Amino acid sequence: MITFIIRRVVSLLFVLFCVVTITFLLIRLAPGGPFDRERKIPPQIEKELLAKYKLDGPLWQQYRGYIWDVAHGDLRLSTKYRNRSVNELLAQSLPVSGTLGAIAFLIATAGGVWVGAYAAVRHGTAADTWAMLGALLAISIPTFVIGPLLILAFALKLNWLPVGGWGGVACLVLPAITLASPYVAYIARLMRTSMLEVLGLDFIRTARAKGLDDGRIIFKHALKVAILPVISFLGPLAANLLTGSIVVESIFNIPGAGGFFVNSIQNRDGFLLGGVVIVYCALLVVMNLAVDLIYMGLDRRIRLYD
Amino acid sequence: MTETPGIWQRLWAGRVARTAFIVLALVTLSAIAGPALMPAGSGEVSGNQFSPPAWAHPFGTDLNGRDVLYRVLEGARVSLLVGFSGALISFFVGTAYGLVAGYAGGRTDEGMMRAVEILYSIPRLIIILIFINAFDSHLKTWMAGAGLNGLVADSRVVILILCLGLIEWLTMARIVRGQVLALKAQQFVAAAQALGQSHFKILTRHLLPNLLGIVVVYLTLTVPAVILDESFLSFLGLGIQPPQASWGSLLANGAEVINPIRSNWWLLVFPALAMCVTLLALNFLGDAIREAADPRARRA
Repeated sequence: MITFIIRRVVSLLFVLFCVVTITFLLIRLAPGGPFDRERKIPPQIEKELLAKYKLDGPLWQQYRGYIWDVAHGDLRLSTKYRNRSVNELLAQSLPVSGTLGAIAFLIATAGGVWVGAYAAVRHGTAADTWAMLGALLAISIPTFVIGPLLILAFALKLNWLPVGGWGGVACLVLPAITLASPYVAYIARLMRTSMLEVLGLDFIRTARAKGLDDGRIIFKHALKVAILPVISFLGPLAANLLTGSIVVESIFNIPGAGGFFVNSIQNRDGFLLGGVVIVYCALLVVMNLAVDLIYMGLDRRIRLYD
Repeated sequence: MTETPGIWQRLWAGRVARTAFIVLALVTLSAIAGPALMPAGSGEVSGNQFSPPAWAHPFGTDLNGRDVLYRVLEGARVSLLVGFSGALISFFVGTAYGLVAGYAGGRTDEGMMRAVEILYSIPRLIIILIFINAFDSHLKTWMAGAGLNGLVADSRVVILILCLGLIEWLTMARIVRGQVLALKAQQFVAAAQALGQSHFKILTRHLLPNLLGIVVVYLTLTVPAVILDESFLSFLGLGIQPPQASWGSLLANGAEVINPIRSNWWLLVFPALAMCVTLLALNFLGDAIREAADPRARRA
């Protein structure tokens, strides 16, 4: 168990190291210096900035300097929002993205598990058919179609909810639903398949034979086993919500990290781009490790560390 | 195709698959022929701004007075082109990578699959965006230098196809590798090796034909994924650049102009419909092909 965790943490650090390297190289490959702007900064200041970040030397020195800074938690200055560090910008915007992501995560897992389990228990009925048809639709319609359509319906025609922005629970409803909808559907499909399989297993028949009531069987026995495929999807789910949030933030005008990501590409703001990518990937690999640990905790038979 | 005979007949017999196939054929045909059949000047900028759907403009007109139906068809061209060519690139890269990794085995295999895992753990759209950021202007300069001036305007499409194709091959590589590992243990491979055939010949003559079935299945599922990714990028304004259009950029334009006073819904609804119908049809077709190719999958 301990060796497994240590091995995973080491490989996690290795993945992050690769991410930093690839990002750095690709950003340096893009044409133009890091401080080239339409509005030129005084040559003296530019020179000092370049010297400070060791960007005046050969590539490997630049790379070494960047790795050093990142390892010390310094993601450097944004070149577009001058005078502000990437750390500062992220500290301000990540909580916003995080809140949205966490709520969508809850909706996706809770909603998906419920719908999937319900459809499986009512297998073969009209409710099952409709739930699965709806799931297929929700998977096929991308978030950037659902989002504007929801705005059109609920914010503009019915006037129930705000069009976008940030502040207050009402602002969260539409973005969170938009972000979660494809994954509610995906998890529902996973859950249904696995629940159907589990309901056909021997130990469920035994429980029935013992005279346990349906509710007990489903909640106490079947759900615990059937939920495992959903748990292993939680890692990829986090990754998908992360990229999804970039689009959802842009649709609903939410001041999160996704906006900085898009802007940093349009503005060729190398360090901001690098910072967002590194933080995103760090979040993801930690999330994946957490999911593996939960998985092991839930199912003792699985021994990942072999 | 070395699949059991009858897979295509089985596919055609399914109502869902047949409908999906016909829908796709219609979308593709109208994307190819449609713009030419429409009245001249439909795609031109005119003063007829934001006119709602009517007989003259069945899908209405946009901010610049262009016919939305025309734009949607143009967008279909780009989206379908990117989707199919991107999937094709991912097919070549993924199959080659998986073949080599699975056939070589041992250390090579381990190293190659480790690299795939690392790429997997980074959200692919983020890699694609950094790629485009890094290579777009280089490609433009190269095209202008190589005498491909006619293509410079389309450089965004080219870079999108390349980047999406070069990122989407991961799943394909995994599947192919798994299959190769299973096939390698079979006797016909050992026989070919005993006969002294070269590795290249074994890979291309013996292993590849046995893989094609499953590869085609995943190829049909890659196309909608690439189309979706392309429209995601274009929606963010980082993919296709105006005046070119793709479904994603049309949706972005539509989402920009909705406001409480005038919803201009047709700018949003028609591109959304075109895209969703196509994606649904592709997904249905992919599922149906998978089922027809592998009867065991039908239970799931």
